[in-house]
Amino acid sequence: MSPVPFLPAVVEEVLARHRGVPGALLPILHDVQDRVGCVPPEVVPQIARALNLSRAEVHGVVSYYHHFRSTPPKARVLQVCRAEACQAMGGEAIWAHAQTLAGCQVEAVYCLGLCASSPAALWGERLIARLTPQRLDALVASSVQP
Amino acid sequence: MKLFIPRDSAAVAVGADELAAAAAASGAQVVRSSSRGLFWLEPLIELDTPEGRFGYGPCELDDLPAILAGQREHAKAVGLVEALPYLARQQRLTFARAGITDPLSLADYETHDGWAGLRAAQAMSSDAVWQQVLDSGLRGRGGAAFPAGIKWRTVAQAQATQKYIVCNADEGDSGTFADRMVLEGDPYLLIEGMAIAALSCGATLGYVYIRSEYPLAVDVFTQAVQRARAAGFLGSAFDIHVRKAAGSYVCGEETAMLESLEGKRGIVRAKPPIPALSGLFGCPTVINNVLTFAAVPVILSRGAAFYKDFGVGRSTGTLPFQLAGNIQHGGLVELAFGVTLRELVFGFGGGTASGRPVKAVQVGGPLGTYLPESQWDIPLDYEAYAAVGAVVGHGGLVVHDDRADMAGLARYAMEFCAIESCGKCTPCRIGSTRGVEVIDKIVANHNRQQQITLLRDLCDTMVHGSLCAMGGMTPYPVLSALNHFPADFGVPADHRDAA
Repeated sequence: MSPVPFLPAVVEEVLARHRGVPGALLPILHDVQDRVGCVPPEVVPQIARALNLSRAEVHGVVSYYHHFRSTPPKARVLQVCRAEACQAMGGEAIWAHAQTLAGCQVEAVYCLGLCASSPAALWGERLIARLTPQRLDALVASSVQP
Repeated sequence: MKLFIPRDSAAVAVGADELAAAAAASGAQVVRSSSRGLFWLEPLIELDTPEGRFGYGPCELDDLPAILAGQREHAKAVGLVEALPYLARQQRLTFARAGITDPLSLADYETHDGWAGLRAAQAMSSDAVWQQVLDSGLRGRGGAAFPAGIKWRTVAQAQATQKYIVCNADEGDSGTFADRMVLEGDPYLLIEGMAIAALSCGATLGYVYIRSEYPLAVDVFTQAVQRARAAGFLGSAFDIHVRKAAGSYVCGEETAMLESLEGKRGIVRAKPPIPALSGLFGCPTVINNVLTFAAVPVILSRGAAFYKDFGVGRSTGTLPFQLAGNIQHGGLVELAFGVTLRELVFGFGGGTASGRPVKAVQVGGPLGTYLPESQWDIPLDYEAYAAVGAVVGHGGLVVHDDRADMAGLARYAMEFCAIESCGKCTPCRIGSTRGVEVIDKIVANHNRQQQITLLRDLCDTMVHGSLCAMGGMTPYPVLSALNHFPADFGVPADHRDAA
């Protein structure tokens, strides 16, 4: 693990990049999450001040969108699609199987746009389609770092 | 030796990157093209030959040596790709370049008729531009099917110092991937369509709102915007900003998307005012789906009459249908309106992937109707579908085989609505949760008849009382499942009327 940089400095840098951009809250939150792994509650006042918003407004946005998280994931994230096209190809069995796997944090996602090659999942940054429980096992096992 | 290997997400997700790396390491010249949309064949490797591109798929690493040796007799060989009936029988206007070009190559785009529509528009008055779109009969491809030309004219005639072009690329419907294919596979087409829209109304700035679940689309499209800017296609007259969404389905609704672009929670706005008059930051805004903008360049380059010749009645042009779910040959099929579901699912799709009988096809995303076999011969056009209470939507088809539990899928529709509801209006926010409970009681035979009446009342309230399509259309899959498959809800077939 690389040392965690001083949080207010990271946020300040992100805010500087988006200064003067209209409606910049989502891009700011994306940048913070990309760098820190989440949008921690302690950065909310700093962002609110910079955008002349209330803390409640910023918190409201962070908590509204599924993509933003307030705490970092405990392990590499496995997003399993639970939408109809994946359900039609056994996606729920993949979902159930994923719950039994160690070394990953399983989350639901609703459509990755791989509906003609379902079931599909996103393993960290990696897209996977035509998923089977066996393939999922192999993938997670090969990717989990000691 | 020149090979084409797609860089589309659907190819990458089944190993295209590894194949491309291995082929390049063997000394082959590898072009990362867009995808043909023949997804059951992905990763599809195409070999450049004097007769045309010769395809192999679905490829694995073990197949590479034979492909690199140019073997034509091979288990994975599919022959000349453009002669494949699946492709040859399509009418590709929007997806004319799919699988052929390198998505980010400006030279490829130019040599394959790129920018012709924009150049035609630049030679016209701004009124003539929206008039062409109006005359073509093009209707919004996002789902609502509102005539694009009327929207463009409204924005053009609005008086304002600032106007915007916003592209809705928040393609959240399960069973759809055509927007993603444009963003990843032919990004300059979308840029061209938006630039034409800007000319029609004098907008100087555009936004493309892309889902966070489409990481490759965000990446490719962002690069395309930078390259188009460097080449002078975007700049001071009209520029585009890419915005990444954050996983909210309801932000595909146009006013929720505007809120999100403004940096707020994606809560639906009440209309009026319509976005064409008071949209992004309160300014007149053209909002269209990716496929709508992507249909425009060909309308400008070949004329409204050419485009209008495709289709039936008031559904003019072509629609890229997306064959998904339990289907043998899933992929993108662009055809004129008027084709039937049976032709798409069986003629193109080859039936289910599982080999079992098809039970139901959901058309138009999670808010679309489940169609039983008795409705598979209705022509796919907006009016014919509306007449049976169904929607064409974004053209996505999700096929389910005979093992599908329609009560479970109806419950899922309500559950999805409860998860994704923005919460602004009561029928959607509360109704969806009550819907899940009522369906559970129906299935458990807890006063079944009474609960069915309750479910119908609840759906009636949601349809007529919701602010947007999220709550207003969730009853479509629910009621179609109940009406056509009552046995799955525990209602005996001979009591069908009771359902």
